[in-house]
Amino acid sequence: MANNASHSSDNAVGTQRVKRGMAEQLKNGVIMDVVTPEQAKIAEDAGAVAVMALERVPADIRKDGGVARMSDPDMIDGIVEAVSIPVMAKVRIGHFVEAQVLESLGVDFIDESEVLTPADEAYHIDKWAFTVPFVCGATNLGEALRRIAEGAAMIRSKGEAGTGNVVEATRHMRSINGEIKRLGTLDEPELFGAAKELRAPYEIVKEVARLGKLPVPLFSAGGVATPADAALMRQLGAESVFVGSGIFKSGDPAKRADAIVQATLHYEDPAVIARVSRGLGEAMVGINLEDLSDSQRYAERGW
Amino acid sequence: MTVAPTIGVLALQGDVAEHLAVLESLGAPAVKVLSPEHLDAVDGLVLPGGESTTMSKLALRYGLMEPLRKRVAAGMPAYGTCAGMIMLADEILGGTADQQTVGGIDMTVRRNAFGRQSESFEARVPVDGIGEDPFDAVFIRAPWVERVGPEVAVLGSVAGADEAGRIVAVRQGGLMATSFHPELTGDARIHRLFVDIVKGHA
Repeated sequence: MANNASHSSDNAVGTQRVKRGMAEQLKNGVIMDVVTPEQAKIAEDAGAVAVMALERVPADIRKDGGVARMSDPDMIDGIVEAVSIPVMAKVRIGHFVEAQVLESLGVDFIDESEVLTPADEAYHIDKWAFTVPFVCGATNLGEALRRIAEGAAMIRSKGEAGTGNVVEATRHMRSINGEIKRLGTLDEPELFGAAKELRAPYEIVKEVARLGKLPVPLFSAGGVATPADAALMRQLGAESVFVGSGIFKSGDPAKRADAIVQATLHYEDPAVIARVSRGLGEAMVGINLEDLSDSQRYAERGW
Repeated sequence: MTVAPTIGVLALQGDVAEHLAVLESLGAPAVKVLSPEHLDAVDGLVLPGGESTTMSKLALRYGLMEPLRKRVAAGMPAYGTCAGMIMLADEILGGTADQQTVGGIDMTVRRNAFGRQSESFEARVPVDGIGEDPFDAVFIRAPWVERVGPEVAVLGSVAGADEAGRIVAVRQGGLMATSFHPELTGDARIHRLFVDIVKGHA
């Protein structure tokens, strides 16, 4: 492409500010899982700020079983070609070669995701080594800060993807924000103790205590199925919302996508949420967490 | 004593909080603008960075596009960063088929002109009107300006090799736009220039 000429050496690519800056641009929006170029167009038309390109939405990964991996590059290319908004894609936890492949394809953001089958049981990807920014899931503050220490430019709640059940995402948002609040009440010696408990670098712990928030955007993911779910995540402190299976596993994806975008924007206005919640048709069926065996709980993947 | 003007930040999507924080740090009362009523209450408007297609759609859906055009046409000062620059352009290239803009600045802006995120970059850009020290500019999937009309002053261009001379900062009367994101850097000089424009001092 003529406009993609490389930059001179005066210009710095892949810096922390450029990566986190990209994450900041996605705030106050909805990122939608899509499996085809047609779905990507529907998402773009509904006002998604980005799409997550993948071969199977989490609900189908659950149903099909087996090992879930990075998507076929052809499939990702097809979606990159179909839309002009940013495209994200998922790699397995610790699978840095899948990440190298996605970076070479030109995706705008990589999700090192527990929804895929982990490739490393001890280490996550060294995300500083990449030009492309990464988002990682977290269930609590310690996990979030370890991912930031590894170079993540965005954190999202893990939730429990592919269930249409928002209870785990709620737990993770409350846990992360509750622990951030607690850090704000600690004095210097106590912060050293907190860093030890959180198993996170002291410098980042101290920064979070000072800022009263993470140094990168905090989004929510995992089980969001309705406009009210999206608004719940926003009211619990999520700056944007990922919607996976919830849209394209529902009866009227275009209408639901539009409704979730509106509820994410007007998350403090129940009248708007009520209006957009009318006549949406079937929501995805959903799974109760008690019905999931331990091996099916994606939120427990990651270290 | 004059009352400080209120500056709005269009809050349909994007990095709204960062703009509010910079404006507040300059002592300018800043509020989110989500509706035509909010727009009526502000003296100037910042259009933030984010996804311009999303902003355009939501502005149309919430009946904000026409009121925005009217206020801009009536002389309300406005400053757009990145997606906000696209929103203030009379003409755009590389947008979606149905993408509309507020317009106001006689220029043609190419969306995502510098490339995808892997090509996003930081560079030092000299900007007219903020002093000699170049600005630490952060470009995120950034647009550039391909054409400016006779009324438009070019405030800054990218140096370096391949995109040398590409226009990345402009002003037309009370309207200002940059391809890059001053709200991400902690350098408030460009926002200060805009606040001075709103106050009628610049």
